[in-house]
Amino acid sequence: MVDFFWQTLWPIIIILAQSVLLLVALLIFIAYILLADRKIWAAVQMRRGPNVVGPFGLLQSFADLLKFVLKEPIIPAGANKGVFLLAPLVTCVLALAAWAVIPVHPGWSIAEINVGILYIFAISSLTVYGVIMAGWASNSKYPFLAALRSAAQMVSYEVSIGFVIITVLLCAGSLNLTKIVEAQNGPWGMFQWYWLPLLPMFVVFYISALAETNRPPFDLVEAESELVAGFMVEYSSTPYLLFMLGEYVAIVTMCAMGTILFLGGWLPPFDVAPFNWLPGIVWFVIKVCFMFFLFAMAKAIVPRYRYDQLMRLGWKVFLPLSLVMVVAVAAVLHFTGWAPK
Amino acid sequence: MTVPAFFFYLFSAVAVASAFMVIAGRNPVHSVLWLILTFVNAAGLFLLIGAEFLAMILVVVYVGAVAVLFLFVVMMLDVDFAELREGFLQYLPIGALVGLVFLVELVLVVGTWAVGPGIASAIKAPIPNASQVTNTEAIGRVLYTTYVHYFQIAGLVLLVAMIGAIVLTLHHRVNVKRQNISSQNARTRDTAIEVVKVKTGEGI
Amino acid sequence: MTLNSLMPVLPELVVVIGAMLLLMLGVFRGEGSTPIVEVGALVVIAIAAVLIFMQPSAPAELFGGSIVIDAFARFFKILILIGAAAALVMSMPFWRNHKLNRFEFSVVVLLSVAGMMVMVSARDLIALYLGIELMSLALYVIAAIDRENVRSTEAGLKYFVLGALSSGMLLYGASLVYGFTGTVSFAGIAAAAKSPSTGLVFGIVFLFAGLAFKVSAVPFHMWTPDVYEGAPTPVTAFFAAAPKVAAIALFVRVAVSAFPNIALSWQQIIVFISIASMVLGAFAAIGQKNIKRLLAYSSIGHVGFALVGLAPGTAEGVSGVLIYMTIYLAMTLGTFAVVIAMRRDGGQIEEIDQLAGLSRTQPVMAFVLAALLFSLAGIPPLAGFFAKFYVFLAAIQGKFYALAVIGVLASVVGAYYYLRIVKIMYIDEPAQRFLPMPRAVAFVLALSGAFTILFFVYPGPLVAAADAAAKSLF
Repeated sequence: MVDFFWQTLWPIIIILAQSVLLLVALLIFIAYILLADRKIWAAVQMRRGPNVVGPFGLLQSFADLLKFVLKEPIIPAGANKGVFLLAPLVTCVLALAAWAVIPVHPGWSIAEINVGILYIFAISSLTVYGVIMAGWASNSKYPFLAALRSAAQMVSYEVSIGFVIITVLLCAGSLNLTKIVEAQNGPWGMFQWYWLPLLPMFVVFYISALAETNRPPFDLVEAESELVAGFMVEYSSTPYLLFMLGEYVAIVTMCAMGTILFLGGWLPPFDVAPFNWLPGIVWFVIKVCFMFFLFAMAKAIVPRYRYDQLMRLGWKVFLPLSLVMVVAVAAVLHFTGWAPK
Repeated sequence: MTVPAFFFYLFSAVAVASAFMVIAGRNPVHSVLWLILTFVNAAGLFLLIGAEFLAMILVVVYVGAVAVLFLFVVMMLDVDFAELREGFLQYLPIGALVGLVFLVELVLVVGTWAVGPGIASAIKAPIPNASQVTNTEAIGRVLYTTYVHYFQIAGLVLLVAMIGAIVLTLHHRVNVKRQNISSQNARTRDTAIEVVKVKTGEGI
Repeated sequence: MTLNSLMPVLPELVVVIGAMLLLMLGVFRGEGSTPIVEVGALVVIAIAAVLIFMQPSAPAELFGGSIVIDAFARFFKILILIGAAAALVMSMPFWRNHKLNRFEFSVVVLLSVAGMMVMVSARDLIALYLGIELMSLALYVIAAIDRENVRSTEAGLKYFVLGALSSGMLLYGASLVYGFTGTVSFAGIAAAAKSPSTGLVFGIVFLFAGLAFKVSAVPFHMWTPDVYEGAPTPVTAFFAAAPKVAAIALFVRVAVSAFPNIALSWQQIIVFISIASMVLGAFAAIGQKNIKRLLAYSSIGHVGFALVGLAPGTAEGVSGVLIYMTIYLAMTLGTFAVVIAMRRDGGQIEEIDQLAGLSRTQPVMAFVLAALLFSLAGIPPLAGFFAKFYVFLAAIQGKFYALAVIGVLASVVGAYYYLRIVKIMYIDEPAQRFLPMPRAVAFVLALSGAFTILFFVYPGPLVAAADAAAKSLF
């Protein structure tokens, strides 16, 4: 019995505890990321943004949370109740599940798996189900249109994200996230991170990540001027909160993925003092925040794409470009002998 | 060992149950959702045998892309499935017969499994030791060397599928305004703007 | 692996790369490039055929033995290329007359030819399946290529659904065979399958069911008449020629080289489907009014005759199959050339009655068609007689007397409906003239007619080549 406890239950307890810790940290981070999003948006438009709840509005997200939780969830009469309620759960749980493999510091990931990058890719390809299920189950026209749009949009941009990942894998020689970060370590510091050698792919990744997370300028799924609020029209209170939460977690996941693939993860920009005094996790968070800043700026300054333009960009620009880059990167690595052993 | 066993039974039970729900569900969208659950559990089973790469690819390809398109199509179908099912009983005997044949076969196949003792030795494809090579690498090593022709032929099959889809469905409708990006970008101030001096009270 | 080691598959590579280049040409030049693409496809086929003739006669194995280039494979590849080339030649005027301008047709035909070439070279189950899929997928597309036409679309859809079903059966069988032998290579299967076990026999049954579908043998023939009738005529000509030849080749290779030690198990299957095909082909064709449907049933019957040669599982039998398929190919292409030429101002004619009095309106065409029909019926001294003669001879040598007798009876019944057409052409009151035959179609018809009529003069080279090809399997 004692053996059973130590060998079977204890590791499970440890994993659960780690997960809870990560979850809490992540949610608090999201609360402030959300606030930052609104503040940046406001600043671009010369407004102040939320500044009432707490000093500088720092508690705004928590107030919003309470508000959403305390309101009554409304389920439309014609809705498919099971799927309707499942959709926000799927969105939120999948977004959080991706964090199981993300290393925020050397050795700090809940599951260190060999195919980490594929795992994140797989999970992020599943987030489309939340939107489709919500759109279909709402039994209403606007959400349904949003569901159709999102199905096509996400599948399209996943393709180019896949190719981006392949180019990084070619350079790193591993699907393990920790090894991908370590492969970027070198004497040249931040100029050896993949953002510079693979700059076109970094741009493609950034734009595809915007599309994959339905962020503006690709937020056709919830375009308020044409679809009112898209797939979220019929949602209220906690289910709506879950959607918002899932969306922002997915955004932060994409930022973290960009950090790991292109910005050297937890590595300091240069391996000299004072840069290497800061622990890896701090650098990781700084880089994620930088990525998120790019996301927030895109939302504030770029107008929304039209649907056909979105499809054209995905299939006619990014797909050929990333295919050519895969071939080019492979050729360069092969003929220069730089390919990882 | 109890934890893997637990997960094995969990994944298989859910996979079988949801596979049943795929055909038992009255609503086609529900069926597709059950199908997705089946895929995910199959991926879980792959993970348990250590085939992590296959598990992830199964999720990416089947759940992330194929099933999305299924759902896309099924959502847009306006078919009264209750009506479709009316023929169900009519074909039940034939369906049951085919099912029975397959069942008998499975029983026979499983029952006679021990007949060929040499088979285990015949399957001599070297499965690399998991501690030395990750299975992604193991697959990559054979897929692009020994089996490169399979890979290429499979690619050709997909090419034919693509050509076929385009040939059979693409209609170039006339009289549709299309955006021409290059001509848009080629516009300059000179070609787009005309400055006209308008005399007061005359108009253009 | 070096590039040099890929030399044996150079013809395949030429076909595939040629197809892709032509595809790019067509995509960038638009539909106006259709004639160039068509001619280009013919050039590619010609180059591939020349390369196959130039290959050394020693068998070459590639990719760990899963692809083999032996005399058997080369023989069938030449047949496939001839069939495809003839179909392409005949299709050109047809598309012009029907205002159907699709450069993709030639490209898809080339890709399906690549699939067939893989099929006849395949020596393991995976290559077999991939070859079949590449071929079939392309065929589904070209069956429906006249997409504005409901019948063509229906043909494509029907073929696709039933083809997918048969692929499923084939895969099921292949997985059973793999499970019970532990290998996918034919040589390994032959070594492991010393005695028939239940699972293995089930595997063979499903595998053969899938293959029987591809050659349209009874009881998996149901799609044939509808697809042949619905698809545009040059496409039907292609279906009846190249894919059928390739599928028969695959059938022979699987049976002979993968399961030589348990021949008794599969011989029963072959005997059954052979008899069923011959009988159904003979009787069901009698009532047909549409010439394409009639030829569909005729092709079902001919597959039955060809399989008679496979039943003994001997080199002589296989040689008989090879000769049969060669002659069948020539006869079928010629007959379809006539069907394509059956055209009046109102469009394509498919009713048999409309051939009435052809001997007076277009005597040359009538004469060649009559010769082809006599040959299809197996009347000496035309080529079709020799084809049947070799397979029946092999069956008798293999002590399959009942099979041979039923085969002869079936060909007597079959002769009735072929001769009925001859009677309509020569005795009935003339119907309206057909439009003059396009040059390309006349060319195919002339070649096929000449081969059929003059075969008996000098059969040596074909028989020798078939014998050599058959020997390479044993």
